[in-house]
Amino acid sequence: MADLRETPDRVEEPWGQRTPYGPGERWPVRVDVHLADGLAESDVDRWVQSASILHSNGDAMDIAVKDGRIAGVRGRAVDRVNRGRLDPKDLYGWQANNSPDRLTRPLVRRGGRLVETDWDTAMGAVVARSRELLDGPGGWGRFGFYTSGQLFLEEYYTLAVIGKAGLGTPHMDGNTRLCTATSAAALKASFGTDGQPGSYTDVDHCDAVALWGHNVAATQSVLWTRMLDRRRGPNPPAMLAVDPRTTPVAREADVHLAPRGGTNLALMNGLLHLIIHNGWYDERWVAAHTVGFDELARVVDGYPPRRVARICDLEAADLERAAELLGRSERLLSTVLQGFYQSNQATAAACQVNNLHLLRRMLGRPGAGLYQMNGQPTAQNTRETGADGDLPGMRNWDNPAHVRELAALWNVDEMTIPHWSPPTHAMQIWRYAEQGSVKLLWVSATNPAVSLPDLARVRRILAKDDLFVVVQDLFRTETAELADVVLPAATWGEKTGTFTNADRTVHLSEKAVDPPGEARADLDIFLDYARRMDLRDRDGRPLIRWRDAEGAFEAWKECSAGRPCDYTGLTYDKLRGGSGVQWPCTPDAPEGTERLYTDGVFHTDPDYCETYGQDLATGAEHTAEQYRARQPAGRAFLHAADYRPSPEVPDEEYPLLLTTGRSLYQFHTRTKTGRAPELNAAAPEPWAEIHPEDAGPAGIADGDLVEVASRRGAVRVRAVVGGIRRGTVFIPFHYGYFDVDPAKRVPAGPTS
Amino acid sequence: MHLAHYVGLLHRAQVNLADAFRQVGAAHGDEPDIRLLCAQQAEVSDSHAERLRPFVERYAAQAPDEPDRLHSELFRGTRTGGIGLLRDLQDLYLMAAECDVCWTVVGQAAQGARDRELLAAVQDCERETATQLSWLRTRMRQAAPQALVVAG
Repeated sequence: MADLRETPDRVEEPWGQRTPYGPGERWPVRVDVHLADGLAESDVDRWVQSASILHSNGDAMDIAVKDGRIAGVRGRAVDRVNRGRLDPKDLYGWQANNSPDRLTRPLVRRGGRLVETDWDTAMGAVVARSRELLDGPGGWGRFGFYTSGQLFLEEYYTLAVIGKAGLGTPHMDGNTRLCTATSAAALKASFGTDGQPGSYTDVDHCDAVALWGHNVAATQSVLWTRMLDRRRGPNPPAMLAVDPRTTPVAREADVHLAPRGGTNLALMNGLLHLIIHNGWYDERWVAAHTVGFDELARVVDGYPPRRVARICDLEAADLERAAELLGRSERLLSTVLQGFYQSNQATAAACQVNNLHLLRRMLGRPGAGLYQMNGQPTAQNTRETGADGDLPGMRNWDNPAHVRELAALWNVDEMTIPHWSPPTHAMQIWRYAEQGSVKLLWVSATNPAVSLPDLARVRRILAKDDLFVVVQDLFRTETAELADVVLPAATWGEKTGTFTNADRTVHLSEKAVDPPGEARADLDIFLDYARRMDLRDRDGRPLIRWRDAEGAFEAWKECSAGRPCDYTGLTYDKLRGGSGVQWPCTPDAPEGTERLYTDGVFHTDPDYCETYGQDLATGAEHTAEQYRARQPAGRAFLHAADYRPSPEVPDEEYPLLLTTGRSLYQFHTRTKTGRAPELNAAAPEPWAEIHPEDAGPAGIADGDLVEVASRRGAVRVRAVVGGIRRGTVFIPFHYGYFDVDPAKRVPAGPTS
Repeated sequence: MHLAHYVGLLHRAQVNLADAFRQVGAAHGDEPDIRLLCAQQAEVSDSHAERLRPFVERYAAQAPDEPDRLHSELFRGTRTGGIGLLRDLQDLYLMAAECDVCWTVVGQAAQGARDRELLAAVQDCERETATQLSWLRTRMRQAAPQALVVAG
């Protein structure tokens, strides 16, 4: 079949033309291209290899360079992830790089205002404050780092070493807390370490797809086109969608369950009840390869369909149809995202999806796949490298041997490395800042003044006089406006590095053009900080011994050796020119590893595992002794948990349940997508989806301006009537300041 | 037989623990997790008290006068700030520890009284009490370095 080539209108046709294919066949190539107006592919000066940084699918692409500027993108046909296709955000999003309002010089606060300055002055201020804080007992505890899921691996690793081995602070997390903390926690809890078991090629082989709270059509649209192409080909896979909204995924699915918000765990317990009662599980394999079956069976026994139907507000018959779809499949693929992650009993519910795959032996072979999905494009790297608080290389903070390994690698005192308790999560870092014990908060490549819950409080904390806020970003975001020092950063296309998508595929992204003005790569900013802070190892040598991205990558490889995310078989040269490679990639597996756990042996050995586990209801940490007593010996854990209602359920005063999520055309807080004309025009404003039977009695018609109020705040947005279950309201979460006049919203105005 | 007194002691300890969890939850509501988890654990303690009630009645008839100085007060209200949180969690820990050892004692007595129902209740509640202790210990481990070395 000849390659299909598209220069599409991806606002009208978000998923483009279908290229149907059958089970076990290779997904046909379709190369998506979008160039600046009037430019043809032949006019392009250079094509530079990269991949997407606007979602976690990791679509590979080439950046078009014309006269020293980015002038478009083209999907990479050779790549295993997208076979040439691009998401609408990628087709149009690159234009943000060229926005006239990019930050080009550092800013410092003088007399209450941010004024331009030079790098020496800006970094001098950051270093002076850091030294002052570090000097004295508990100095480590005065630093907090809040980062992103959008930097590169090399940057995260450098930041992790600065934080953990240089300053010694456990207060590192990021906006990945909001999307992938559940994913990581569920994978560790079930399988012993982080790491997605599945591969995107499982779409090519599966006979059933289950999407658990995952609107993949909006969040990873190229993965969705792969699923759609299977659905339009011969012997298509059956499809189950669990979502309170009638999304494109729900409309496509054979069975759509729209449970009441906050009841996912009851739903999963009900499905597992049916799977076990109908004997749709692999008894012998479960006995040999898992721990905890009896307890799981005991707990889910209490969730017969009629009870679950009542809790979730579903038809028992639909529940039975869903269980049959799952239970009779031979090659089941599951993906999980925000609908499960940002909901009541998130980790417990995500673990039940792992349980389903363990019970049915749906792991480690083609078509039997599981993705505890990421939302942010490089979230996987924050977890691997430890920029989010984990220990680098998926090491266990509670295992002294793992801490010793890191201390030897970095040549620092073990006591420097924070490992005395679980790492501080983001909301706790903010609380410490609010109470005044964290005094320097360094925010890189994210916009918490828009993205965090309880915004008024977050903005109040950022504005505190005794909190020194450093913001490193491309634009004067809402967060940057509250900073003491703003550092202008280079971004995708302006710096080199690698990143890893949700199916463990590592891509290289090369520098195509220079950043604007004096903007610098995030890596260079961190290296500069380490140098100016004069961070040293035990022998007085510089703690950070690398000077560029490739050097950081080589250092990271050493750290990853022997761990699940082993990168030692990779080099920049190997990634250059070809396609992405899935970790672990070692001298023994030089082409990478498509699926984990193919032999049914899991990462649960006490000396190897990333965690000794925790109680799913409270987060109480289990001890090493408790863990060893369970004798997992490479077997996976089946976790059981009873459903508990959300702490806050609808009542007479607040009769509806609000839920949030992503839109197809926007990413993060729109810092980039809001500056791409097509994307901004496609979804310029937030909206509220409401069921007709809720809208009618309230006198709300489609398009009306409505106020949505909770116990914590209120917004005014346009109503969209329909597309959601009764009793529930949906608002997309990308929009900052939708409580003010649209004309005054950042990043609206002349640039968009 | 004095079992009724010990069951009553445990019952009161559970009621007091539930109440203390609620007070600590309210006092430290600005922490990201304390209000919700304390509310959750208060309910657990309520349910323990509820499960004990029939046994208090079952053994009341056989109970002589209550011995002196059986009950103790462990909680005298909440404090504020980082160290206050730590101290309050420690109070909860001691109260939960008292429940824990009472469950052990009552469980032994249930063996002696050949009371299978009481033994079953003890085993369920003992497990949940162990989780309470382990959560409080985890939370204190997390809070202690910041509260004692950094803050102030």
